[in-house]
Amino acid sequence: MLVNKKSTSFRIGLAIAAVMAALALIGYVWTPYDPAAITGSEKFLAPSLRHLFGTDNFGRDIFSRVMVGVGTTFFIALCTVLIGGTVGTLIGAFTGYYGGVVDEVLMRINDALTAFPNILLALVFIAMLGFGKYNVILALGVAFIPSFARVVRAEFARHRTMNYVKSARLMGASHLRIMFRHILPNTRGVVLPALIIGFNNAVLAEASMSYLGIGVAPPDVSLGYMLSESQSYMMKAPWYVLCTGLVIVLLILGVSMMGEGLRKGGS
Amino acid sequence: MKNILKKIGMMLLTMVIVSFFAFLAFQVIPGDPTIKLLGSDATAEAVAELRAELGLDRPFFTRYLEWVIRALQGDFGSSYIYSMPVSQLLDGKLGVTALLTGIAFIMIVAASLPAGLFAASHQGGRLDRFLTILGQVVMAVPPFFVGILLTLGCGLILHWFTPGAFVAPRQGFWHSAAYLVYPAIAIALPRIAMTVKMLKSSIAGELERDYVRTAYSRGNSPSAALYRHVLRNAVVPTVAFLAMTAADIVAGSVIIEQVFAIPGLGRLLLTSIANRDFPVVQAIVVILALLVVLVNCIADIVNQQLDPRLRLQ
Repeated sequence: MLVNKKSTSFRIGLAIAAVMAALALIGYVWTPYDPAAITGSEKFLAPSLRHLFGTDNFGRDIFSRVMVGVGTTFFIALCTVLIGGTVGTLIGAFTGYYGGVVDEVLMRINDALTAFPNILLALVFIAMLGFGKYNVILALGVAFIPSFARVVRAEFARHRTMNYVKSARLMGASHLRIMFRHILPNTRGVVLPALIIGFNNAVLAEASMSYLGIGVAPPDVSLGYMLSESQSYMMKAPWYVLCTGLVIVLLILGVSMMGEGLRKGGS
Repeated sequence: MKNILKKIGMMLLTMVIVSFFAFLAFQVIPGDPTIKLLGSDATAEAVAELRAELGLDRPFFTRYLEWVIRALQGDFGSSYIYSMPVSQLLDGKLGVTALLTGIAFIMIVAASLPAGLFAASHQGGRLDRFLTILGQVVMAVPPFFVGILLTLGCGLILHWFTPGAFVAPRQGFWHSAAYLVYPAIAIALPRIAMTVKMLKSSIAGELERDYVRTAYSRGNSPSAALYRHVLRNAVVPTVAFLAMTAADIVAGSVIIEQVFAIPGLGRLLLTSIANRDFPVVQAIVVILALLVVLVNCIADIVNQQLDPRLRLQ
């Protein structure tokens, strides 16, 4: 088994991530208050039992908004990893397995693309596509392809010459079967942690982009956008900025601790 | 020497590809900039005239070559929105971002080297375990959130600096640098945690090697073995890692500039993206990417000097 069950780091991470996922899932169907309901008389209420995280400048319940925001972030990060992971794995598998000129050329291009930081690539795509939730997913997904492709390619290039691949070939397995039935499962020790790191980078990138006002835009709720809003009321309502930021930190921490446990268990 | 030339050759090739992508990306954009400039009800003649003026009517490769040659001379064309040369817009902003990333980079190196060495030589101790957990938490905090906390804590509550009151380096270098310390901390903090972790694990890996045992048997004390023999080997992957973080530091500064209201490249980039002012976006993206390529090349050369084995590849 890949996961070291005894790893405390993995357990704590899993617990935190599970709470976040639960918040997000519940947030899809039910929130304590309507996250968009503006109540003029309840502006800037400090955290209490009625409003766990207090209320914001429009009197909206911050906890409800955080629940929806975590959902948005989770959804975007998952889609990003799905796009970047699938396409990156395909490109990496074929170039790593076959090698040759195409591999050389693609890797040169890949080198050039990794010179653009992920978020900068995403910004360029956003500049081209425009703002909004689905454009963010597309931009981040495409921006994450090169890094996944690189990781997968390195693994496939390493496994290509191993004996088990040769014997599979001798037994008459097709190239496609060797690549995806034999090699791919063997690369999970490297690829899974890469996916987890990718998930965290996507969370970070989405939050950053929404914070900058070029990612998820209202009426969609996003943690990054909430942070940029809360910055104007830091002295008046410090709970707004602290609670929202803390949720982002917990989400990333939980997932990264899971990744850490996975990595240790794998080696 | 031959190796260095080869590295530089590779770097130039990468730079050509990078510039090509940056150019290509802004050619396939849906949405004509002329419509943005003239409004959607502009006459066909006016659009054609403006396209000719902006040079949009000529073939792709001609425009790419012209753009590269001009860019090498420091001319990145004219902004669509501000109707002034891009180079003039960039003037002064590049320096601010360079200063910010420079300070952040110095912080990372200055903090992680001693911390990594300490953690490696006290492995398994209580303090080491505490630092490991602390590092894990610090890594999870987004830089822009650290920035917000710093403006709240050091700026608004402790009054160590006034958020938003940035002085340009030309008007007072030290004032400017003093302001940039806080955003630099925000950028550096998670990176420091990562670098320490990286350095610690590479030192730990090296300590198990045979040459370390030999060094002990020849009468070296643990610290002598660490500083004279292990460090040089352990630093190689760390230098490579630091070069890789250069890209993230640059990207981080784009976001952090917004948090601290610093008029650098990042702010210009964001307003230009919002305005669809592509010549400006293009210029900034290319400059940032070339910087990253350059840093990576320097790191490769440094590593080849540190570890002769790398020169064989």
